[in-house]
Amino acid sequence: MSDTVKILASDVNVFYDTKQALHDINIDIMDRQVTAFIGPSGCGKSTFLRCFNRMNDVIPSCRVDGHIMMGDENINDQALDPVFLRARVGMVFQKPNPFPKSIFENVAYGPRIHGLVTNKSEAEDIVVDSLKRSGLWNEVHDRLHDPATGLSGGQQQRLCIARAIAVQPEVLLMDEPCSALDPIATSIIEELINDLKDRFTIIIVTHSMQQAARVSQKTAYFHLGHLIEYGETKDVFTRPADPQTEAYISGKIG
Amino acid sequence: MTAFFTSFTGSLLWLILISAGIYFLSLRRLSGQIQTSQSKPHSLAYYYGRYAVIWAFFPAIIVLIVWTSFTRPLENQFIIQSLSAAYPDLPSSFVDLKIAQIKNISSGLIAAEDDIMRGLADQYGYASDRLSMLRYVTVILVSLIGGMFAISRIKPHFKARVVFEGFLRRVFTFAAIVAILTTIGIIVSLTFEAFRFFTQYHPIDFFFGTHWSPNVALREGVENALDEDVGGSSGSFGMIPVMAGTLLIAFIAMLVAVPIGLFAAIYMAEFASRRVRNYVKPTLEVLAGIPTVVYGFFAALTIGPFIRNLGLFAGLDVSSQSALAAGAVMGIMIIPFISSLSDDVITAVPRSLRDGALGLGSTRGEMITKVVLPAAFPGLVGAFLLAISRAIGETMIVVMAAGVSAQLTANPLDSVTTVTVQIVMLLTGDTEFDSVKTLSAFALGITLFVVTLCLNIAALSMSRRIGGRYE
Ligand SMILES: Nc1ncnc2c1ncn2[C@@H]1O[C@H](COP(=O)(O)OP(=O)(O)O)[C@@H](O)[C@H]1O
Ligand SMILES: [Mg+2]
Repeated sequence: MSDTVKILASDVNVFYDTKQALHDINIDIMDRQVTAFIGPSGCGKSTFLRCFNRMNDVIPSCRVDGHIMMGDENINDQALDPVFLRARVGMVFQKPNPFPKSIFENVAYGPRIHGLVTNKSEAEDIVVDSLKRSGLWNEVHDRLHDPATGLSGGQQQRLCIARAIAVQPEVLLMDEPCSALDPIATSIIEELINDLKDRFTIIIVTHSMQQAARVSQKTAYFHLGHLIEYGETKDVFTRPADPQTEAYISGKIG
Repeated sequence: MTAFFTSFTGSLLWLILISAGIYFLSLRRLSGQIQTSQSKPHSLAYYYGRYAVIWAFFPAIIVLIVWTSFTRPLENQFIIQSLSAAYPDLPSSFVDLKIAQIKNISSGLIAAEDDIMRGLADQYGYASDRLSMLRYVTVILVSLIGGMFAISRIKPHFKARVVFEGFLRRVFTFAAIVAILTTIGIIVSLTFEAFRFFTQYHPIDFFFGTHWSPNVALREGVENALDEDVGGSSGSFGMIPVMAGTLLIAFIAMLVAVPIGLFAAIYMAEFASRRVRNYVKPTLEVLAGIPTVVYGFFAALTIGPFIRNLGLFAGLDVSSQSALAAGAVMGIMIIPFISSLSDDVITAVPRSLRDGALGLGSTRGEMITKVVLPAAFPGLVGAFLLAISRAIGETMIVVMAAGVSAQLTANPLDSVTTVTVQIVMLLTGDTEFDSVKTLSAFALGITLFVVTLCLNIAALSMSRRIGGRYE
């Protein structure tokens, strides 16, 4: 665990057409820690998460203002090419979305498009390494060339994690990665997140407060597009500074 | 006035009136029953009404239709009898004319030219009035009896809704069966006639013969012919050049249509804004609504000469009727077919896959070529196969632009002919139904049918494979 800041967002405002989804968000994301975004649904967690890899560019009506600094680069600078950014900031989605290709091809996809591998054996090295680090290797090593869609939901989600880390990103964004999974698959992924934080800065959106408490070091509580509270996870859950946060974690709202 | 009452339309109107009456009577009956027995009805009230209407309307309408279609020929028979009694030496070619005259006189459209005709018309009018009257009475009776029967069965615990839904199910099943039976009927009659052809012409000569000239007596290269004695009316029926021409033209058409159609679909699905898409898609589909004969003369009068001039310019000898002209125009014709189907298939690839690809840092182009198109591939192949079977079945463009001479060639600048065109040539004009020439059309037809059927089955199984892949 380190104490350096990885990403520094200041005065981020996000609009969908004229509707403002996020108001003046300021936050610093710590390097190689897990940061959890919690809050009632519709409060803007996903919208904010998508600012970090410019996935909001895909939505024509969406406009993001403000600075999001990673190192000395502004992620939100329109001159910055999102293609390179997304190689450095990977993303895992709510619903497992493996490509309709083989397990091998799914993991090799990212390294191939970014030119990280030039031949088959380099690709194999990366695929094996990523599958091992996502804890999937033992389950799939004898069927790497089977369709990825034949895996179970939990395995598919770990495959998506393997696919994301195969490009060796610095940051990993996860938008409710366990919401489509059963409790056992969920706990496997939570362990995996714990292992991965040694190498990656992880931001996870979750609607489960237990999950946030289990996996994260820092927690940010959002409400109606505002960042209400941000701090050490154990502080936020044991002695929340804001009454709204307290109401949410004690189950009164949400 | 009575004439209208008892006519077909009049009877139909009466049927509708009676059914409406029965509907309300049955509702009355139901509420009476509810009051006396103090029990809740099984179904909503209008189901009892509908149930009664089924009985009042459908048996009667069937009687009306069947009766009408069977008595028409009988009426004609009746006229013919009295005609031949009145004019013993009427030539048979005049009979139809006289029948029409008599009917027209009887309905007051024309005046009778003599007393005999007047008398015949009166006779006919009297008889047909009687028949209509009888029909009218029968139909009304059937309707009333049916309605009363249904009403008598209405009780609160009668499961009117179940019976009504059962009736609907039978109507739908019946429609499905009719559709299937017609298909089977067509296939059976095709097969039967094709068999008759093959008893007169050896199948091997047909399927593997390389010479197609149905009109020419000379039969070079045909050794196994079974019909040595059929004589001068038969030519040679080797299917290969015709099938080759069909495939050549379909191939050229696909060469034109697949890239353009597919790229248009990719543009619409991936790049066009919603507004542009809302204009472009219907506009492309207008192309599909143009009658093929219009494409045909476009091919024959514009594209054909254009290609010939181009050829002359390059020092090539091109006939103005060429496979290239027909194929190119046919390709234009099936562009909307391919673009519309492909667009559906491409937009069916879920958002989550695109997000996954973009999230990994794919460019738009990489996302399309490496993720979206592979995911859509089975569906796209299905769309192409469906388009090919359209190209193979197309006739008009080929008749007008590619000619009718059966040449075995792979040169797109030659004139070729196709299966469908040959069928048209074989069956139009003066033909005896029994000749080998006519029967060969059925053999061609069944061959074409089998080919397109296989393509369609392949297409269906391809598109089906895409369903359920994204779960
Ligand atoms: N594509 C979009 N177009 C318009 N409004 C959107 C879009 N996506 C999200 N929003 C709106 O932005 C707000 C925040 O949404 P979101 O970030 O998805 O919330 P969360 O992930 O916390 O549930 C919501 O009010 C939502 O309706
Ligand atoms: Mg969300």
